[in-house]
Amino acid sequence: MATPTRVKQQALQAKHDALEARLAAMTMPAGGGWIVSARNAALTRLRETGLPHKRDEYWKYTDPATLVQPEPVQAALFDDDGEAPVFGEIDRVKLVFVDGVFDSDKSDDPSLAGVEIERLEEASTRDLHWARDLYGTLEARGQSPVRRPLATLNTAFATDGVLIRVTGRAAKPVSLVYLHRSETSDAILHHCIKVEAGAELTVLENGPAAARFNKVMEVDVAEGGTFHHVRAQGRDHERRAATHIFAQVAREATFKSFTLTANGVLTRNEVVVEFTGDDAVAHVAGACLGDGDFHHDDTVFVTHDAERCESRQVFKKVLRNGAIGVFQGKILVQPGAQKTDGYQISQSLLLDEDSQFLAKPELEIYADDVACSHGSTSGAIDEEGLFYLRSRGIPEGPATDLMVLAFLAEAIEEIDDEKIADDITSRLEAWLARRR
Amino acid sequence: MLDIKNLHVKLEEEDKEILKGVDLSVEAGKVHAIMGPNGSGKSTLSYVLSGRDGYEVTEGSATLEGADILSMEPEERAAAGLFLAFQYPVEIPGVGNMTFLRTAVNAQRKARGEDEISAGDFLKLVREKAKDLRMDQDMLKRPVNVGFSGGEKKRNEILQMAILQPRMCILDETDSGLDVDAMKLVSQGVNALRDAGRSFLVITHYQRLLDHIVPDVVHIMSGGRIVQTGGPELARQVEEEGYGHLNEETA
Repeated sequence: MATPTRVKQQALQAKHDALEARLAAMTMPAGGGWIVSARNAALTRLRETGLPHKRDEYWKYTDPATLVQPEPVQAALFDDDGEAPVFGEIDRVKLVFVDGVFDSDKSDDPSLAGVEIERLEEASTRDLHWARDLYGTLEARGQSPVRRPLATLNTAFATDGVLIRVTGRAAKPVSLVYLHRSETSDAILHHCIKVEAGAELTVLENGPAAARFNKVMEVDVAEGGTFHHVRAQGRDHERRAATHIFAQVAREATFKSFTLTANGVLTRNEVVVEFTGDDAVAHVAGACLGDGDFHHDDTVFVTHDAERCESRQVFKKVLRNGAIGVFQGKILVQPGAQKTDGYQISQSLLLDEDSQFLAKPELEIYADDVACSHGSTSGAIDEEGLFYLRSRGIPEGPATDLMVLAFLAEAIEEIDDEKIADDITSRLEAWLARRR
Repeated sequence: MLDIKNLHVKLEEEDKEILKGVDLSVEAGKVHAIMGPNGSGKSTLSYVLSGRDGYEVTEGSATLEGADILSMEPEERAAAGLFLAFQYPVEIPGVGNMTFLRTAVNAQRKARGEDEISAGDFLKLVREKAKDLRMDQDMLKRPVNVGFSGGEKKRNEILQMAILQPRMCILDETDSGLDVDAMKLVSQGVNALRDAGRSFLVITHYQRLLDHIVPDVVHIMSGGRIVQTGGPELARQVEEEGYGHLNEETA
């Protein structure tokens, strides 16, 4: 019989075997400059950890096998049936990636955003101090106390991405659009965003990107800066994605991120936020709709290492026909991070008995003068409410949709821009109407 | 308008008969009141008529202008003109009161093959009716019944009634939880809706509501049956004598 130690060794070996198998199928992107050392450093770190394995505590609820294996699982292309593009009504600067490759013909002129935008592939040979200092840095810091090897793999092998630096108020949101055109594409994108002191930027993201998508976004928000992020993950059902956001939030700065996920056989969204200055704010929110073969994992880690910072995590999941939702959320309050205001809520609405919600909310607090709360619930539609709506003439289908939207409202309210919030709500309504 | 014949109803979960042969006929333009002690089956009657789950009709019928309402879904009964003002209006966090009202109005119109109401007409209609009930803008914007006081919830029920314009209104213990001023407002709201084409069934434990909404006919319900029927004077008799004598009569 295998001893516990032996099992552990086998698991560790499996992680390294998986890494070697993956590395054998990859080549380091060509090019020189400052990025080479960042890539090599990441590769060295990766060899220490190996790739995630389902026996890892951090992957207890989500099997990483298809995210880790050398080749992606083939993903059929999706016909959106002429649906109006997400964020199509928003005045934005569109930067389009097709299967992970920037497409300048499909993109707008980047200069219209009134910010510095460089393509990762081209910028590495130029002397961009800020990018050199940021690339892989927040990702490396985010490896403690929990390892996130898929992000390290990304730092080593990312083939494309954008470097955005904003010093004032951006004229328009930068909208990253990810198209999926190949059934076997395996995209690795890495974005670095630097919001300088007092500056303001909104970044939008939408689309499935590829059959398999690994994306890292490193965001450094300097003193008094504001960063808004709204993302709509593509409706392609068969796509798989592992994404990471690493954010560093300085004094009096604001970081807000919202994600809508409708469909997708596998999605793991990790968000790692660290407060480095006092009186800062970070909100991370997500709404997801899953139907059938759907596995969605939100893994969030917020570290308070400064005084009087406010963090909110608001995650809502609507699940049906056997869909699975996962939430792993942590608030870590370091010694001295007094007057921390931390809030975390994760809730699921299970529309039938086959669906599952797995939640692991955590608070770890080493300061004595803080206000932290967390809650997690799973429930069915409120029958009393449903009857009330129906008794006023609203048929069961639309009444149920109204209840679902009401359930998601707290997450949607985390989007500050009303027009963007309306766009997200209209996607939700359309998704629900299609399934009536 | 509403015809109930020999209605027998039991709870689905347990084999317990609540209504044991109710006969009741409410004519167009009339206000009927049902009074009775707690547990007599008054609220069950209102739930069964509106289509709430958990009840099984074992015998008898209920028709609205000839149409069998017991075979209809709750939303179909509403579209047919039936309205229940709830004893305990439900709070629905996240759904704005205005959104709720507009969705309900348009759903009923659609079911009747009519066009949707325009945004402008709807706003005007709601403002006018809300003003009569002294409901401010804030109450219209807030999620349905969330954070409303008992009286505000009941006024919100009457607002819905005023906007949806049902033909058959059932008021289930609308007076419970109301102070005198709120009772006057609610009663005025109801009285303003009284007309030749609309009927009311007012369910109440106490006579005081019937001082404000004066009924044409009063029924006394006990043990799952209508045991006595009379004019408004019957309500005053109950007020003086209580329901105690009923047990002896029906025993």
